[in-house]
Amino acid sequence: MNAILNFFKPDFLKQKRGVHPPEHKAESTQLPIAKLAMPQKLVLPLRQHIGNMPKILVSVGEHVLKGQLLATPECTVSAAIHAPTSGTILSIADEIIPHPSGLPDKCITLIPDGKDQWANLTMIDWRNAPKEALIASLCTSGIVGLGGATFPTHIKLRSSGKSNIQTLVINAAECEPYITCDDMLMREHAEEIVQGIEIAQYLLGAEKSVIGIEDNKSIAQQAMQAALTGKPISIVTVPTLYPSGDARQLIHLVSGIEIPHDKRATEMGVQVFNVATVRALYRHFTFGEPAINRVVTVTGNVAQPQNFEVLFGTPLTALTQATGGAKPDTTHYIMGGPMMGFDLPTPEVPITKATNCIIAASPHLFAPPPPAMPCIRCARCAEACPIQLQPQELYWFAKSDAFEKARDYKLFDCIECGVCTYVCPSNIPLVQYFRYAKSEVIAADKAKEAADLARERNEFRLARIEREKQERAQKHAERALGTKAEAAKAASAKTDAANEAPTTEAPINSATDEAAKAAKQAAIAAAIERAKAAKAAADATGLAPKNTAPANPAVQQEIAEIDARRKNVGLANTNEAPMTADAEKQAKIAAAIARAKAAKAEAEAAKQAQNLELKE
Amino acid sequence: MNRSPYISDAPSVSMIMLKVLLALVPGIFAYAWIYGGGILVTIALATLTALAAEAALLKIRQRPIKPHLMDLSAVVTAWLLALALPPLAPWWLIVVGTLFAIVIAKQLYGGLGYNPFNPAMVGYAVLLISFPLIMTKWSAPLILAQTKLSFLDQLYFIFNQVLPNDIKVDAITSATPLDYLKTHLKLNQTLSEISQAPIFGVYGAKGGEVVTGAYLLGGLYLIQQRIIGWHLPTAFLGALSAIALVFYVANPEHFASPLFHLTSGASLLCAFFIITDPVSGPTTPRGKLYFAAGVGVLTYLIRVYGGYPDGVAFAVLIMNMCVPLIDAHTQPRVFGHEK
Repeated sequence: MNAILNFFKPDFLKQKRGVHPPEHKAESTQLPIAKLAMPQKLVLPLRQHIGNMPKILVSVGEHVLKGQLLATPECTVSAAIHAPTSGTILSIADEIIPHPSGLPDKCITLIPDGKDQWANLTMIDWRNAPKEALIASLCTSGIVGLGGATFPTHIKLRSSGKSNIQTLVINAAECEPYITCDDMLMREHAEEIVQGIEIAQYLLGAEKSVIGIEDNKSIAQQAMQAALTGKPISIVTVPTLYPSGDARQLIHLVSGIEIPHDKRATEMGVQVFNVATVRALYRHFTFGEPAINRVVTVTGNVAQPQNFEVLFGTPLTALTQATGGAKPDTTHYIMGGPMMGFDLPTPEVPITKATNCIIAASPHLFAPPPPAMPCIRCARCAEACPIQLQPQELYWFAKSDAFEKARDYKLFDCIECGVCTYVCPSNIPLVQYFRYAKSEVIAADKAKEAADLARERNEFRLARIEREKQERAQKHAERALGTKAEAAKAASAKTDAANEAPTTEAPINSATDEAAKAAKQAAIAAAIERAKAAKAAADATGLAPKNTAPANPAVQQEIAEIDARRKNVGLANTNEAPMTADAEKQAKIAAAIARAKAAKAEAEAAKQAQNLELKE
Repeated sequence: MNRSPYISDAPSVSMIMLKVLLALVPGIFAYAWIYGGGILVTIALATLTALAAEAALLKIRQRPIKPHLMDLSAVVTAWLLALALPPLAPWWLIVVGTLFAIVIAKQLYGGLGYNPFNPAMVGYAVLLISFPLIMTKWSAPLILAQTKLSFLDQLYFIFNQVLPNDIKVDAITSATPLDYLKTHLKLNQTLSEISQAPIFGVYGAKGGEVVTGAYLLGGLYLIQQRIIGWHLPTAFLGALSAIALVFYVANPEHFASPLFHLTSGASLLCAFFIITDPVSGPTTPRGKLYFAAGVGVLTYLIRVYGGYPDGVAFAVLIMNMCVPLIDAHTQPRVFGHEK
């Protein structure tokens, strides 16, 4: 129905998802990419990527060469850190890193010696080397996704073995306002990017490569087109509409494939790489260069916005100085674009692999939003949402802590692009509400998972104890039955031999009696077992007396009574057999007691172990 | 800290409301031209009452007064109610209706953004039920009235309900076409006979058609300004026309034409200004279609079979009740999800 409606809808009625904020890209594209002067020191956070912290290979005071491996990846999802220049390791300590939390993390501080002396680099002829060798080389290249997600690149390329990638999408959309590092990179290094694309396509075994580029970068597109001449790689121009650079959005725009919410792009045969990342691939294989620098846009409230090739670890202050300094009314710095970026805790933070753009902020540029008004349900947010969520409903749920409802309304499909907040007439910080709701749901899920696990473990333990108890009781019962029957058989055989049965009924009587007695014995054994278990449980709580051995008077009395009864039915004359039976019985009881004791000890040990577990 | 996005591009709530008011101006001018300047008094009185009530309630509820008075939502409610009332309605009727709309229907539910019912329509419905006689007595358009009242006469009449010496009330009032149609159909007259009455214009009410046209103009301005979407007006007018057409084709001597229904009563005011209230309406595109179509059908049924000449207010209120249900069942497909 909707499809039919949509077909007949004239273009101007079709809903345009996303927004087109003022671009502010012209400011930083006036000058070419400049190389930044060598800073006084370089601070290299060990965690510049998604995943595990790499293992440090150097020590304080050590002299290192440019491109030397400083930290090697631990586990699969991790990336290496290299020395961006030659110099001496000053310290390995916690420093403030560029992260929204403003918290410090482990960093290697390097004092450059000014010689910028390269370590020995190994180039690889990627066309003629086995893929395994290429991937292995990438593992220690330190290359991560330079679009901002910083996912280690060797993992994305290695996945080619498992999933069948048909399409390689190159993300050149750069949809956020202000940011121009990819734009400038394409203008100046289109050749390197194209060769990088060929490498990535080869490694993935993809059938085709498509470059998705927004239609506001015509110079970059021309440069790319020129570099692509004669190559089977196509460019798809997408409308300038934030957030078309989001991976799933871009895939949809360039290939028409809508990645299901619960699947990865690779499962649908699509892999996405940023232009800067493929260029890094090219430089790695052709020159042996590891990831030691990147292009960063410095713009906003600075004298001359520009793009710089910056060594990782360069302090932000060195970068802003190169632009002629931030203007006096600069209040703080934003890392990333104005839609998804975040406030840097201090201007002292280093540039990392994730830093694509630094914006000097002033109240003039980014006026603080007016106080929020109530939501009037105008649904502008819903019209603009690229995921077609209903932010006005999600807001309502998030505000009233109805997180389950928020989840039903696909809260977790939100990509936090900020479009809803951007268009909200009531100035409601919707994205913040969604971030909050997500973190609450995740925390609640974790707590529930932990509680479920603990409960499951306890239930399992109780079931096991119960089962063991029953098994033990059954075993005893069976054994008791078996010996009793044997004894009875022996006894009746003797009786038969000693005298002819006084009556025909007698043997039958005695046999039934024997059986009854055996059953009784079994019952006794079970009773003892139960008593022992109860005692063990009581002992565990520390209430019961310690000694359990002479718990038998009652039982023994019962046995005596049984014996007396046996005598009464005329088996008294054959003393021997009952005696043997009695002895056996006694031995068995003793054994049962011993077993029960052992069980008690075991139960106690288990209890203690569990207590410990709970405490943990 | 993550406070992004740092930029925003949205008209403020005040700006949205201001544009709605602006879009009403042609309608008000047409109204004043057809029925006399009394409407300006009605609007002024309703506005003052609304702002005073809003301020008082905000103070009692300990909410910031200035930003909420500045959002102009109370003024929009006042204007819509004023335009829905009969011309020359007595001052107390205006005040009571406005108070009910602002105090009960809006502020007691939590103020802007929280009212489940359209405040102006609640105010109107309360007045219609409580004072049916006054509410259905419309002053005749000036072109039809035997005696024309001056602006000062109208002003005096609104506050004192007294006419200049030699004028009788009947001389300045007449039934509305919707009302006239209803009563005369009961007298077994055919439509062609009924429409001979002087109060009928080309399609609907004589004079009233002009006001309707002015509302259409304002409505198109709102769509052009992207203050309202096309879904609600289109679905409402479409549904109203469609159901009217079915009945009209079946029996043209008993059921008025779709054009009559579109140009009579509050149809156009409803299409562009009343059902487009975002707070009490649905938010999903499909939901908007269902909601507006529901209002259209109910309006027609109440007009033809109900006890009141026009059905817009009740139709809107009934559909307001269905909004949570409509929204819940018309959620659009989320990107990457199956329907």
